Amino acid sequence: MGKIVIDNSRCKSCYICTETCPKNLIKKSNKTNRLGDYMVEFEDSRGECIGCAMCAKRCPDMAITEVWR
Amino acid sequence: MQQVFSIPKSIKKDSKYTFCPGCDHGIAIRLLCEVIDELGIQDKSICATSIGCSVFLYDFIDVDCIEAPHGRALAEATGVKRACPDKVVFTYQGDGDFASIGLAESMHAAFRGERVTALMLNNTTYGMTGGQHGPTTMMGQITTTSPTGRNRDYYGYPAKMAEQLALIDGCAYSARVALDSIPHINEAKNAIKKAFQVQLSGIGLGFVEILSTCPTNWKMTPEEAHVRVRTDMVKTFPLGVFKDLSEGGK
Repeated sequence: MGKIVIDNSRCKSCYICTETCPKNLIKKSNKTNRLGDYMVEFEDSRGECIGCAMCAKRCPDMAITEVWR
Repeated sequence: MQQVFSIPKSIKKDSKYTFCPGCDHGIAIRLLCEVIDELGIQDKSICATSIGCSVFLYDFIDVDCIEAPHGRALAEATGVKRACPDKVVFTYQGDGDFASIGLAESMHAAFRGERVTALMLNNTTYGMTGGQHGPTTMMGQITTTSPTGRNRDYYGYPAKMAEQLALIDGCAYSARVALDSIPHINEAKNAIKKAFQVQLSGIGLGFVEILSTCPTNWKMTPEEAHVRVRTDMVKTFPLGVFKDLSEGGK
């Protein structure tokens, strides 16, 4: 089991993370951040995240600031 | 639980990237900072920055930086390294800065075998000024100043810097990497680290060409741009290590 921390003030909504997550746990959100971008949100109600950190490694804006495993 | 990823220490606290959404500069800067942290060289590193999108590096990296005139980053890096040989000196340039405006400075730094590290991001276009045709624009690629696509008769062929530098005796390490997928990102980090290690062991110039995207000027989504890197760009710019004079290298 793992978890990630997203800093939505950094996110620019490129959605690379949503394509990258092997468990499809990162989804587009309806909320916007201060830049007016539709943010992403991490939903893991069933504890599926494996903490692989692929999302964080591919995020061009370092918006995924922490990965725990 | 154990933390397996965090923001590198050599990134300035609370700094936020100002690049376009999906721009690979962000990944390249993070890898650079991770290497600086792992080698423990933050307090003795000096960066000669360039002109272009890559110039924003000094807003985000917490090491000393010196601004160079367009294309002259390796000339400035030469001066800094010769004045302070105990420092770790590197440049962070785009393809227009390194391979066009600064081609003479870049090549001669390699001819002289300067003990510095040069990183060049290749996004096949002049990103900051609106996506004009550059030295690394691929054959057939449409840009704002090559509206019918690059062709041999009018524009000639793209510059392949990693192969060129590998032919120069003073260059100790030359590699081309990409940032489009996790395996390539991991390889890119290893190559950047090697380019610093050849400087630290005093063998010669370490050079890494990093294939990156420019979704804004390519008029693609970030994911489409990465697909272009792995399908089109790698055909023109094959990935790999072209020269490695370090211990255990080829």
